Amino acid sequence: MSENLLSIEGLDVEFRSSSSTVKAVNGVNLTLKKKETLGIVGESGSGKSVTATALMQLIPSPPGKISNGKILFNGTDLLTLSKKEMRSIRGNEIAMIFQDPMTSLNPVFTVGNQIIEAIRQHKKLTKKEAKLEAIQMLKTVGIPEPEKRIDMYPHEFSGGMRQRAMIAIALSCNPKLLIADEPTTALDVTVQAQILELMKDLQQTNDTSIIMITHDLGVVWEMCDKIIVMYAGTTVESGTVEAIFKNPLHPYTWGLLESQITKDVQHNEKLPAIPGSPPDLRKPVLGCPFVDRCPYSEEICHTKKPEFIEVEPGHFAACHFQNKTSRLEKKEGMFIG
Amino acid sequence: MGKYIIRRLFDLLPTVFVVAVIVFIITRLIPGNPAAVMLGPTASVEDIEKLTAQLGLDQPLYRQFLDYLGGLLQGDFGTSLSYNQPVVQLIMERFPNTVILALAALIIALLIGIPAGMISAARQNSVLDYGVMLVSLLGVSMPIFWLGVMLVLFFSVNLGWFPATGMGTLDDGWLSYIKHLILPSITLATIPMATFARITRSSMLEVISQEYIKTARAKGVAEFWVISKHVFKNALTPILTVLGMQISMLLGGAVLTETIFSWPGMGRLIVDAIDKRDFVVVQGTVLFIAIIFVLVNLLVDILYKVVNPRVNYESSKGGGQ
Repeated sequence: MSENLLSIEGLDVEFRSSSSTVKAVNGVNLTLKKKETLGIVGESGSGKSVTATALMQLIPSPPGKISNGKILFNGTDLLTLSKKEMRSIRGNEIAMIFQDPMTSLNPVFTVGNQIIEAIRQHKKLTKKEAKLEAIQMLKTVGIPEPEKRIDMYPHEFSGGMRQRAMIAIALSCNPKLLIADEPTTALDVTVQAQILELMKDLQQTNDTSIIMITHDLGVVWEMCDKIIVMYAGTTVESGTVEAIFKNPLHPYTWGLLESQITKDVQHNEKLPAIPGSPPDLRKPVLGCPFVDRCPYSEEICHTKKPEFIEVEPGHFAACHFQNKTSRLEKKEGMFIG
Repeated sequence: MGKYIIRRLFDLLPTVFVVAVIVFIITRLIPGNPAAVMLGPTASVEDIEKLTAQLGLDQPLYRQFLDYLGGLLQGDFGTSLSYNQPVVQLIMERFPNTVILALAALIIALLIGIPAGMISAARQNSVLDYGVMLVSLLGVSMPIFWLGVMLVLFFSVNLGWFPATGMGTLDDGWLSYIKHLILPSITLATIPMATFARITRSSMLEVISQEYIKTARAKGVAEFWVISKHVFKNALTPILTVLGMQISMLLGGAVLTETIFSWPGMGRLIVDAIDKRDFVVVQGTVLFIAIIFVLVNLLVDILYKVVNPRVNYESSKGGGQ
């Protein structure tokens, strides 16, 4: 096994306002090896994007603050770097693409200008050389007639093309790690598949590691090697894709898996949903954060926070009862909303 | 774009016509006979009647209006009743003075107002931000006549650094010329400066939270460039709108500032003309200012296109954004 490219240990991120403090990320751990793809799944507000943004150190501060933890990238703790050192990593060794390609490109600069800016930020090239590289990048991400398209503005591109352009920007400096924050959520289903395919291809040719943030488990199954499941700012389960899809250990993961559309779901049939909503992160969570929505909660779940333990090799979960096989029997049909 | 500009220039005609009508009516509503004002309180009734007839003011209003309009069509703004000079000549004597004062004020306002707004937005809710906002609030609410008088009192009367009134000539050298310009231009710049600071701040704050700004940061672009390139160019549209309004107002002549500092510009020309019931000059200058308003607005509309590629004036419906 090769060395970890990235390892996050005990990451806490808080957002402060005058009246309260929200702990958006609470003790998150993850590791990622070279060429690996990690999926971070969870519902809105579970801390997925905050974790990724913290990794890039782009948390708006104030009010945000990384209050604890380590982010080791290639052995260096990113949190100890100066602003300037961090800038030389951003866009160069770690790049990011965002959810909505309609808003993530600057409308008043040409697409070419924005790719060239990314290239010249980190490589000592003349404008001409950078432009040639930018045209090459557009070709790589499958944009036809790149020589012509490079001088166009984002509003002259379709959504799928814009996301391709974003990928061109992100990959222009051959980053070791690509963070994709719901890269296909805003796209048509057919375009989604094309973008995912493109990312997979580019990962193969460039040996890039990917962190894929999504709430689409289909995307995870398609793209990822391993998953972490986040809930209310904490990691509730992590493991390989096979382990988690075949043997989910945390009741929240069960719920997520059950609420997917599969071919077994009948027309007009109500999809299973997890009842309730996540806890208010402004208040400290004493026990398990999922306790109020969990059909199996017992006394201990309210008072003691479950530890994140290795249940089977490489498969971790934070539940007091992950070994109780009896609970698995109850699983059938538990999340009918 | 060329077609658009030509169409907009044609739009000038109805605007000018409407302004001409309104100004004509309003000047005729001002009580007082110009001939009586010109001849003074001791003039006899016969003299006044004679002068009234000479000036053509005994004609029926529609006749006066048609004469006026006919002159306009030939590019003739009329001849001043009190100065006995063509109005165009009067305007051309004063307008350069107004332009110089306006330009100086505009440069001060832009050079201080816009960077102050940018810094304020980049450091939102900091002490610096609150400071800039407080000062700019004072700036927009400052009565010009009070500020002008205070500046004169302090810098001219007490310290003796700058002349209190008048416009220097280049014959006395550049230094004297610029010294004459400083107090009036600062007085005139205060409100535009504060307005620029406030509009720049609010417009930039709206842009700063956009996703593409996060993209720029994620590329590793330094914060200085994120703010001055990515944010600023997107924030320019509202700033341009305000800029256009301020330029029009400054070029129209700053009545208060020019009066306080005895600056021989358009503003004083209008005030004097109203005093003397010199209808022809009032009509001419107001019309001239209206034309400047329209032209500046056209320029701003063209600039919108330059800063924002999404603006399209060539569409089938055309016009506007």
